[in-house]
Amino acid sequence: MSPVLPRIFLASLKRRRLASALSLLAIALGVALGLAVQLIHDAALGEFGRGIRQLAGGADLQVVGPRTGFDEQLYFQLAQRAEVAAASPVVEVDARMPGREGTLRILGIDVFRLAGIQPELMPSAEGNDTFATLRPDAVFLSAAARQELHESAGLMLQAGTTLQRLRVAGDIPGVAGQVLGVMDIAAAQERFGMLGRLTRIDLRLADGSNRAQATRALQPLLPAGVVLRPADAAAGEADLLSRAYRVNLTMLAAIALLTGGFLVFSSQFLSVVRRRREFAFLLALGMTRRSLMRGLLTEGAVLGLVGGAAGVGLAYGLAALAFRFVGADLGAGYFSGLRPALVFAPLASAAYLLLGVFAGVAGTWAPAAASLRIPVARGLHAGEGASEALVARARPGVAAGFLLAAFLLCQLPPWQGVPAGGYLAIACLLVTAVMLVPVASHGLTALLQPRRSPVLRLATARLAAAPGQAVVASAGVVASVALAVAMAIMVSSFRSSVDHWLDAVLPADLYVRASLGSGSGFLTPGDVARIAAVPGVASTDAVRADSVRLDAQRPAVTLIARAVHSGWGLPLVAGSLAYEGSGQPAWISEAVADLHQLSVGQPLELPLAGEPQRFMVAGIWRDYARQNGSVVIDRQCYIRLTGDERVNDLALRLAPAIEPGQVAAAIRERFDADTLEIAVPAKIRRITLAIFDRTFFITYLMEAVAVLIGLFGVATTFAALSTARRSEFGMLRHLGMTRADIARLLATEGAWTAGVGVVTGILAGLAVAWVLIEVVNRQSFHWSMDFHLPYLPVGAFGTGLVALAAAVAVLAGRRAMSHSAVRAVREDW
Amino acid sequence: MRRLAVMLLGLLMLANVGAAEAAGPGGEGAPYPEVRPGRSFSFPADLGAHPTYRTEWWYATGWLEDETGQARGFQVTFFRVRSRIGEGSASRFAPSQLIIAHVALADAAQGRLLHAERSARAQPPLAGAEEGRTHAWIGDWRFSFEDGRYRAIARDPAFGIDLELHPEGAPLLNGEGGYSRKAPAPEHASYYYSRPQLRVAGEIIIAGERRTVKGHAWLDHEWSSQVMPAEAAGWDWVGLNLLDGGAVMAFQMRDRSGKPLWAAATVREVGGEAHRLPPQAVSFQPGRRWLSPRTGAEYPVEWSISLQLPGGRRRLDLRPLMDDQELDGRRSTGAVYWEGAVSVTQEDGTALGHGYLEMTGYANRPRL
Repeated sequence: MSPVLPRIFLASLKRRRLASALSLLAIALGVALGLAVQLIHDAALGEFGRGIRQLAGGADLQVVGPRTGFDEQLYFQLAQRAEVAAASPVVEVDARMPGREGTLRILGIDVFRLAGIQPELMPSAEGNDTFATLRPDAVFLSAAARQELHESAGLMLQAGTTLQRLRVAGDIPGVAGQVLGVMDIAAAQERFGMLGRLTRIDLRLADGSNRAQATRALQPLLPAGVVLRPADAAAGEADLLSRAYRVNLTMLAAIALLTGGFLVFSSQFLSVVRRRREFAFLLALGMTRRSLMRGLLTEGAVLGLVGGAAGVGLAYGLAALAFRFVGADLGAGYFSGLRPALVFAPLASAAYLLLGVFAGVAGTWAPAAASLRIPVARGLHAGEGASEALVARARPGVAAGFLLAAFLLCQLPPWQGVPAGGYLAIACLLVTAVMLVPVASHGLTALLQPRRSPVLRLATARLAAAPGQAVVASAGVVASVALAVAMAIMVSSFRSSVDHWLDAVLPADLYVRASLGSGSGFLTPGDVARIAAVPGVASTDAVRADSVRLDAQRPAVTLIARAVHSGWGLPLVAGSLAYEGSGQPAWISEAVADLHQLSVGQPLELPLAGEPQRFMVAGIWRDYARQNGSVVIDRQCYIRLTGDERVNDLALRLAPAIEPGQVAAAIRERFDADTLEIAVPAKIRRITLAIFDRTFFITYLMEAVAVLIGLFGVATTFAALSTARRSEFGMLRHLGMTRADIARLLATEGAWTAGVGVVTGILAGLAVAWVLIEVVNRQSFHWSMDFHLPYLPVGAFGTGLVALAAAVAVLAGRRAMSHSAVRAVREDW
Repeated sequence: MRRLAVMLLGLLMLANVGAAEAAGPGGEGAPYPEVRPGRSFSFPADLGAHPTYRTEWWYATGWLEDETGQARGFQVTFFRVRSRIGEGSASRFAPSQLIIAHVALADAAQGRLLHAERSARAQPPLAGAEEGRTHAWIGDWRFSFEDGRYRAIARDPAFGIDLELHPEGAPLLNGEGGYSRKAPAPEHASYYYSRPQLRVAGEIIIAGERRTVKGHAWLDHEWSSQVMPAEAAGWDWVGLNLLDGGAVMAFQMRDRSGKPLWAAATVREVGGEAHRLPPQAVSFQPGRRWLSPRTGAEYPVEWSISLQLPGGRRRLDLRPLMDDQELDGRRSTGAVYWEGAVSVTQEDGTALGHGYLEMTGYANRPRL
């Protein structure tokens, strides 16, 4: 390319600063959001994986069981096997810290067994006590735990409803980024009610025995519900668990980038229209069409490159901010107890930069190609509407094809835990919607045909005559409206379903819990009796939570033992509470039904206390709280099979006219300070919905950006169109129209175009919402929800957008109108 | 006296190999019993563990000769340590008794010691030290007495031993009837007997190669609660099997300036008559020194030991099998000491026998 050309093309970018800036901003935002999501999750997953590897150390295999552990006898058996070179027993407890949020992960370890397997966990004592690491009151904290807890001397942890005071005796130099504590295994067993039990055994295999052989040989020793798996399997589980959420966010970022590309398209379209004569002139002077095209594409590439580079920088800033304020899981709660550090990711950064360039080039392609199809002679003769080159024919057949494809894609099962079919279906629906814009435009025009007002007639005539423009302007509106509406419907359906679900699962008057299901707090039958004896308590329902592994490949499922009858609340979607058949009934959550392909009436084997127990699926219930799935069985049956009488939660019904606050105070008096969490359903509901909103905060944010970029698109498109119509406005002025008339004309056209886009977008949004709810969410998170359309917000959003488009159209047209009528017309001749 | 729990202790606590109190603070269990004179030993019961005492060891050292006639030294030790922690605990993992095992081979062809170690909490069936009979083990490493002979088995990826040690004659009580003082204060003492002149047969593995070996070894069994006085910096110990069938055990406890705080010796004559020598009858004269390139510690690897016996003065000159028999445990146990095979000669160079020499406190003070 000759040195003149950059000036011709790139200078044009400088001339239209606003449009270029908007395009840059759109691309930058798209790139930034996508890359930030990727960076944050890579860092979190990386840290998580590093943590898993660190905790697994040199282990080849890992024996894991339910959360409450398994009989320690297994360790003595395994440690003596010839296949096993070293075995390291672990008692893992999520210790509740009374008066603090969250739990502290405590690993009870045998320091003598660490050396060969997990040297990173080796505690280092302060002072010169020979037996420091063995003392039952000593706990060693990782650097991250020290930072988070601000604890240097003592630590108060809860076991059952009693308090355990531990002394911080030193560090764990090998562990940095994870919040955890290490203590002697005997003390951990004794203090946290785990006598005789282990939660994990890490194995290093003897030379000459491989994983597969060893697994085959050792498998028969394992009690039911205890599995042998590669030591790094847990990292894969976390990856799998958070993948759907990550893909969801990445898709939103992709949409932002797509709208960014569209914005480049409309802005380049504007510029090509403006410079049509200039190009014709260049062609006449002998420039080849190819180098003209190359020049235009370079413009787009430069926009993409600059926007992309800014986006990459922005992404690192966003990621750093997110780490600081939202957490490594973007508020979704997948990686608690992690303090990942932001690291430079050259590959991902380069990939997103390229995506930015691609968006710029792709956005320029169509306008560049279109303008080049125009013959030189006509091009020199100004005034031909370049937009007409973009012929937008209504293609109902092709649209129907895409619709059908969307329908078929929805039937596909998830691919590696990701609802790929669902996302493709959404893309198909958007394409369908955009293709149907000319049809909708035509339909609406016909609807408004018999009008008196010349302005309206002009507007409808114009729109009918130039459907290409309508498509260009509406497409951006359609896509962003469809996605915004779909997300609004999905989130509102989800939220209202959660709301109803909370009603169903919280039927009692007061809830008492010693700690979360995974925590170290629990109530003994004695504690329960003490609470039941508090005046005003009419009846109690005890809930025990544990985890069970239904197979070695999948993460553990929550086991809930509780009373099922007498209205304690189980929101069923299939089956019934009153189980008539023979055998022991179990009610599984939708996730278990999906992941393990179970339905009502089928048998289900649950490993309880090391023995396989046969249950029958009596019902399927909706559980928004546990993504890995849960199984409810009757507590009496659970006690009979396991002998475990501990309780995690207690639901209380109070006598009539009793103030819950008084009962709560009376219960608190009977226990150590802060060992119990007591809450009324309203509080639990409030907290749950707050968590819900926090989880969707990032989603809301990205949605807002997508809509914003869509509006930029409307503005630049109208600017492009009105510039091209300068002479037309001049003509109209000559014919006696006032500027106000022309403004009205523009406003009408803008409103019209946006209206077409909004109506099509809302319809498409309904369809996309259906796909999100029934396919994407169902396959990502395995929970169903009831469709809930937020009429008012959607209506207001649509109307607002139409009004805004009208205003934007007038604003964009102002410059075109400002020319004197005479000059505007003369330009043509 | 011997070599120590040095190792163990480092393992428990990687940092800090400085001076420490003999007992850790805040022990929970009953106090450690004191070692007093006048205890009557009874065998075979006293071959087993005495778990109420703080520290106990079964310490076998000796010279081995393979089919080609090449001589090597070996050492295998099982320590038992009572921590006084978790004695009332219901957990099977309670760390109230700890077992540490140590094995080393001195091979002149290697130029330095091959050694390996294991430690565990006593937790049958995985590790333990039985009462009533000699049987200490960690996993498949063990030292036990059955059918009239000791068995020592320890295999590491790099090397291993599997030896039978046949005792001849009754255990040899050191000190006053097995009460062995280590310092001027009477509470610094141990119960201590030796089994010299153990006939050894078995095999060793070096670099995957099995070699049949035979030779002679020395076994110490010693238990105590408080051995080392605060002012002591370290000690030197020898256990020597003489060619004529006699045996010599001698040690000295040194203060920080290197002067002896205490010394003692037991000499068993060919006929079985044993002499227990008081401090003034035992003198250790350091000879040639060797500077460790690893730790910078300087060890007198040659000694002249002079014993005032009823029949007159006897001088024993010690020469090491090789100079570098230092155990550098800074990265694992924290302990640095010299523990190696030595041969004994008369002043004129006539061979008298073989044995083991232990020197501690030259690099840092051992923790006991």
